[in-house]
This record gives sequence, structure tokens and C-alpha cells, in this order.
Amino acid sequence: MKLTKALMTTSALTLAGTVVWAGGHMADEMTIVSWGGAYSASQQAAYHDPYMAANPGVTIINDESSSEGIAKMRAMNEAGNITWDLVDLEAADAIRACDEGLAIEVDHDADLAAAPDGTSASNDFGDMIVSDCFIPQIVFSTTFGYRTDMVPAGVAPPTGACDVFDLETYPGKRALNRNPIANMEWALLCDGVAYEDIYDLLETDAGQQQAFAKLDTIKDETIWWTAGAETPQLLADGEIFMGSTYNGRLFSLIAEQGQPVGMAWDWQMFDLDGWVIPAGLSDERLARVMDYVNFATDTQRLADQAKYISYGPARMSSAPLVSTHATLGIDMAPHMPTEPGNAENTFVNNYEWWADYRDDLDAKFQSWLAQ
Amino acid sequence: MAEQMLAADGRPLKASLNRALRRQKMRALLLIAPLLLFIMLTFIVPIGQMLFRSVENQIVGDTIPRTVVALGDWDANTDPVPDDAVFSAFAKDLMIAVERKQHTRLGSRLNYETSGISSLFRKSGRRVDDIGEGYTDQFVAFDPAWEDPLTWATLFGDADWITAQAAWDGEGDEPAFVLSDDANEMLPRTADIYAAFAEVIQTENNDSPTEEQPWNVVYLALYEELRTYTGEPNYADLPGGEIIFAAEDAVRDFAPQSVRAAFADIDEDWEDTAVWQTIQTYSPAFTAGYFLNSVDLQKTPGGPAWQPENEQIYLTLFWRTMVMSLTITVSCILLGYPVAWMLANLPARKANLLMILVLLPFWTSLLVRTSAWKVLLQQQGVINDTLVWIGLVADDNRLALINNATGTIIAMTHILLPFMILPLYSVMKTIPPSYLRAAKSLGATNWTAFWRVYFPQSVPGIGAGSILVFILAIGYYITPEIVGGTKGVFISNRIAYHISTSLNWGLAAALGAILLAVVLLLYWAYDRIVGIDNVKLGG
Repeated sequence: MKLTKALMTTSALTLAGTVVWAGGHMADEMTIVSWGGAYSASQQAAYHDPYMAANPGVTIINDESSSEGIAKMRAMNEAGNITWDLVDLEAADAIRACDEGLAIEVDHDADLAAAPDGTSASNDFGDMIVSDCFIPQIVFSTTFGYRTDMVPAGVAPPTGACDVFDLETYPGKRALNRNPIANMEWALLCDGVAYEDIYDLLETDAGQQQAFAKLDTIKDETIWWTAGAETPQLLADGEIFMGSTYNGRLFSLIAEQGQPVGMAWDWQMFDLDGWVIPAGLSDERLARVMDYVNFATDTQRLADQAKYISYGPARMSSAPLVSTHATLGIDMAPHMPTEPGNAENTFVNNYEWWADYRDDLDAKFQSWLAQ
Repeated sequence: MAEQMLAADGRPLKASLNRALRRQKMRALLLIAPLLLFIMLTFIVPIGQMLFRSVENQIVGDTIPRTVVALGDWDANTDPVPDDAVFSAFAKDLMIAVERKQHTRLGSRLNYETSGISSLFRKSGRRVDDIGEGYTDQFVAFDPAWEDPLTWATLFGDADWITAQAAWDGEGDEPAFVLSDDANEMLPRTADIYAAFAEVIQTENNDSPTEEQPWNVVYLALYEELRTYTGEPNYADLPGGEIIFAAEDAVRDFAPQSVRAAFADIDEDWEDTAVWQTIQTYSPAFTAGYFLNSVDLQKTPGGPAWQPENEQIYLTLFWRTMVMSLTITVSCILLGYPVAWMLANLPARKANLLMILVLLPFWTSLLVRTSAWKVLLQQQGVINDTLVWIGLVADDNRLALINNATGTIIAMTHILLPFMILPLYSVMKTIPPSYLRAAKSLGATNWTAFWRVYFPQSVPGIGAGSILVFILAIGYYITPEIVGGTKGVFISNRIAYHISTSLNWGLAAALGAILLAVVLLLYWAYDRIVGIDNVKLGG
């Protein structure tokens, strides 16, 4: 304990020293944490490279730890040594980080750029601001892909989530996420529960049982995935007939790899991804991060990211600027989850509700899976 | 008395010898000190800290101390919802916690026990500053001076602090608020919350208590204290105390405001017995709750009780982890023993080649190896394709070799096999081949010679390999996650979930502690049955 105290005092002194010395300067180095793979590459091209070009002397270091984001943020926070400057998290995790005091609150209007037509940032992002700590970036969705060559003859291809439960029309294995989020909602919805009653019903034992009973009908035919890359692999190998995953993964499977896979968009589950700023940064590092975030979340930059990956920009003003894919040259709009044709029936992840019930339902879900 | 033996320098020989010995020991200790320190700092201390979390529960008492005290003698059986005094204490605690941004953290903590508390705290945190506003309005209506921050600062601030604060020019550090002893004695409850207010205003908001009107809950506290006033003490002794003296009469005519009703208005769940029971049950600084949760029990006011059946999972997982780890260990022995025997008995050149093949998997990434198993084992995979091609398996009835327990056992046996082969090999290498020849020359059959002569000598290698493989298997996480499906995951997968997703580190620590205890227990049992001296990693 004494040692910890000594360490903390030293770092506090160093910190105080830097602040005085910096006198309002910005740090030259930033560690930005994201998900890796194609997603990080799209951020590199749309945000990091232009920012570094505009600010010579600034280095951005990529860290691909977002899947362990909040756990590591908490560990850093407890150790009093924050090595990350900006973290890309899903909205649910961002809410958790905010609750735990691991991320700082931002004033969206003051800290972020307004839209080109002058609309304030908070209005431009609208409902996407699900937490005071959360700076929205993209809208993605969990949706379904199916093997076009495995659709039985004389049957119309599946169109959405409820076809997963229809084993008679569409025999074959399925793949679903190994956690309750989205699956429970789909189960109730496809069991005939009205959209607006779902979360109220899920709070009750009867509602949970109804959802599990519906899932029971396909349990033996389902492979439960934990990583977003699993469903695309299972589809490519013909292991499953249809499965859920993130829409960007399906896009690359279809458009980039040319697999015989189709999209079933109906009742896709919308989800958000965005930045949070860790609590406890020094003034100079915070100033640099704020400057970067202001740049990287403006209308043009968010639209630019859609050139590289098929996730929808979180700003309303960015939508009209979405153009074609950077290398394939295809029009990106039809592949966006937010495209009106794809978004006829959608679900929006009810973050507040899941923050309350996730642990409880997850225990029940895992227990159900283990039976 | 016999004369003491003396050393050359005239000291008693015994003391001199002892000193030399002590010095030697010290030197030895100093030599290993760097390693000892390193292990302490990087291993023992962090593990200790992590395990400590499994019982630590200070967050409740630290965040809402007044409520914990007030809840002390609440009995849910006689009174389903606590009285106004508890709600009033909670309003003050929550107000402070909100300003310090600690209330959502407590909400998440309690949500692990009762679903819904997380959003209850978040929601109430947004509106708690309105609680007590009715009293604020009545105090101000009675005498507008109550609106003036200075009135309060004068009443409750220490004289020296007031002077220092008045002299402070806004540069440098603001003088930290000091509570006046008189006010603390005469109005202890109001002084307590006002001091908290002043501290928060200075530290969190960088404002001055002399410029900020107190929170509504401070007025609430003052009302409560004056309402029960019995004529003592004499408030006129306080600096500016006349105003309290005057208010003391007036509060009798104030319209009472129910704090409980105010909370119920924010969310009806505040009148739910379960919420208050959870807070009460988890008030102490240390709790057995995490350990109970990790064996499918829960902490209730009436003692431990089973979790509802549809939430029980951990005992199943512990049991499955044990059984599967044992299966993997046995498979490793069966597969590894012949390989080790060949390694030990082939000519050196061939043995070396074989050794490289054994070690090769060590040099490839674990993830690559596990993913390779996916390609091999899946229903459209290489093994199933081959079996269908041979005709052993029907095309529409392919074997399920992955995403279940079978997948985990196959992949993990492969990954852990070298840990069995290497100790076996190094023990077998030391068994002289002449023993077997001698046994045969004395008339033993091949089997008898092996079973009675060779095998007993290789048992220490089996012991060492088994301990290694079993202990590694029991804590495995990534392979079961990828190939285990739902029936082939281990307890470590749940620990990982609680560490990185739910952030319930207390429960993760408790699960980890139990796992550690089980391993130590098995180790002890192994020592009693087989004897740990019988384990050899090499000649």
C-alpha cells in the first residue's frame, strides 16, 4: 500500500509538473484504441491519415484492444496510469465506462463541430448520443446473411430475422450470437409479441420463458458464435444456412469475396459505436484528444469512413455525402444499414434496459445454453 | 560455573558462531532478494489484491454511509419499506455521491445482485437535487437571508476559515472549508451535510461555499433538526445565530414534505422492499456474497439460499471443467506414452527428427492451431468429408465434432500433448534398456517385462506430465471459447466474461479463488496418494 501511495504521489507530481511546463500546449503523441482489422483500417484512412497530414509532428499509435476496452480502462484507472488517449467502444460499453467514472463527460455542442448548415452537433447526432461520455461515430447492425445456393427450390429466399425460426421452410444450421442481446428480442418478436411490448415483457419471468421457449425450437440447429468473424466463415464453408453477424462483415463476404451469400435485413438490430475519452488525462493530452475528436467526427470525416466499410455515419448531415467504395467503386448507400430499403423494420438496442438486465439475463441465457 | 569458550577476539564462541551464521544467511537472502522482490511485486501482490476483491465491499459504506447507519435497525418483516428517516439520509448521501460522480458506480455494483438498480440510481441521480426544495422555498419565504450563501458560511464556518476565505484573492489554492466547533455541537446533522456540501463545492466544482447556495438537502437537514428542537442549546451563541433562533419557531408552521414520496415520485421502485433489502444486505465492508454467488447461492437476509434454478450455472461449469480436464489428461497419457517411448528408444538421429515434430506445435500460434482444428473438424470439414468419401458416415448424418465437448477435448489434447511427452521422455531416457533385457532373459513375457519392470519406473514421468497438463487444462480459456460451443466451455470462460464484459471483478475473483483452492486441494490429494517425491521432470 505504501508503495502504491509513493508511486501515486510521484506520478501526481510528474503530472503537475507536466501541466505547468506544458502551459496549454498539446501532446504530440496519441494512443487510439480500436477494434483492429478492416475497421481500424477504415479509421486510419478516413481519420488518422488526414489528421496527421494536417498536423505534422503528431503521431497516432493504434492499439487494437477495444474488445477488452472497459476492463483495461478500469485497470488503468485503478493504477492511476492512463496510457490511452481515446477509446473506440460500443455504446453499451461506453455507458458502463461512464457509470464507472472511467470516461469523461463531453459537452457535445461545445466540443464537436457543427454540421455544415449550422445544425448543432447534439441535434445532428440526435438520439445517437446515448450517454454524456459517448461521441457517436457509426451505426452498425446485427443482421442476417444466408447461403443463396442453399435456399430450397421453389421457395422465396429469407428476408429477415423471423425466418431463422422457420425450420420447415428453411432447413439447415443457423448461427446466433452467444449472448442474450438481440436474440431475446427476436425470439419474442417472431413469437408474435408487438414491438413496443418487448422490453416490458422481457422484464418478467413469463416473458423470459416465452423467449427461451421460442429459442428452444432452433437450439439444436444453432451454432453459437462469440466473435463477429465466425458467421462469415461458417457461411463461406457452407456449415450453416443462415446466421447473424455485423453487417460490415457480410458486406465484405459478399462484395469483396464474392461468396454466394444474400442479406436478410428485416428486423436488423441497430447498434452504435463511438469514442470515449478516458478520465485522468493530463491537460496537454486532453487538449490534443479534443482537437482530434473535433476533426474526426465532423460531417465530412464520418462520411469518408463509409468509403472503406459499410457502416452508416452517425451524423444525419453525413448521409447525403456517402459515396462509392474506395477500391471496388460500387455505390455504398445500398449496403448501409440505414438505407431506407434495408431499414423498413429495425430494432434499436435499448441500452438503458440492457444495462440493467444484462447480467441477470446473461446468467439465465448461459444456464439455458448449458442445459 | 564452567568457563565459557572464547573466540580469538575475546567474545563467547557461541555468539561469535551465531553471528557468522547470521551474516551468511543475510548474504544468501541478499543474493535472492532481487528475485524475491520481483516475484512479490509482479506475482504475489497482484494476485493477493485480485483475490481480496472477492470479499471486498467497501463501496456501499463509503458511498452512502448515512443510509447504512439509518438502515441498521430496519426490519423488512415488520416494515416493508423503510421510514422517512432512511429516505432522508439516503437523499443526502445520494446528493453527495451525484456531485462526486460515484452514484452510478454504486448502482452498477448493486445491480449485480438485483436487476434494475443500475438505472434506478442513474435516474434518481438526475433528480435528487430537487428533493427538499419545498423546505428551501419555505425557509427563503420566511426570511430571504436564507438564500444568501454567506448566511450559511457564517453560521457553519470556523472563524479563522472565514477570515482566510475573505482574504483569499482567487489566486492559488482556496482555503479548505473548516467547520465551526460550535455549529457542529449545536446542529450536528446540518453541520455534517453542510460540511460535505462545502467540501464538494470546493473540490469538485472549484467554487466557494461563500458564493454558492447550499443544496436543497441541507435545508432539509436543518428543517429536521429544528423540528425536533427541545429548547436546548442556545443558537444565539452562534455567530449570526439569531436567524436560526427565529426560524426555529417558524418551522413548526412549515408544510411537511415526505422524502419517501419524493423518491417514489422519481421511481416507484424505491418502495420495493427488494431494493432496500439488497442495500441492507450489502452494507458491510466485507461480504461473502461473491463466494456464495460463485457456487450458485445467493445472500439473502435469512442467510444463504439457492439461486433460482434457471440461473444456476457455476457448479455445473466447475464440475464440467474438472471432468473434461481429467479426460484431456487421460487422453494425453494414452497418446503421449507410446510417442515418448519411441523418442527414448529410437537411434538419436531419428529421435531428434521426431522431437522436432513434437515441438513444432509449440512454435506456432495457439490461435492458428485452434482455427486449424475448426477447418478439420467442422461438418463440411476435412475429417467429415473423408469419412463420407470412405462411406463410413452418411452425407446427411455427418459427425458433430466441433462446437461441443468433443471439439474441446480433441483440440486441447493436441495442444497440451507436448507437456505430457516431454516429462515422460526425460524420465524414460533414464531407464536403462538392460533392465528390460534382464527381465526377458529371466523368462518374462514382453507384457510382463513392460508392466512389471518398465512401467513402474516411468510412473514419475506420468505424474509430472499429468500435473502439468491437468493444471494447464483447468485454466484454459481461448480454445474452449473457439471450439467449445455451449457444452464445451470451462469456468475460465465465465471468469473472462466477468473480467472484461460485466466488470464484476468481485465475482471473477471469487471464481478464481475457488479454482485455485480446488487445484491446491487436488495437489494435496495427489501428494497423499502418490507422493510428490515421485514426480520427476527429468533424470
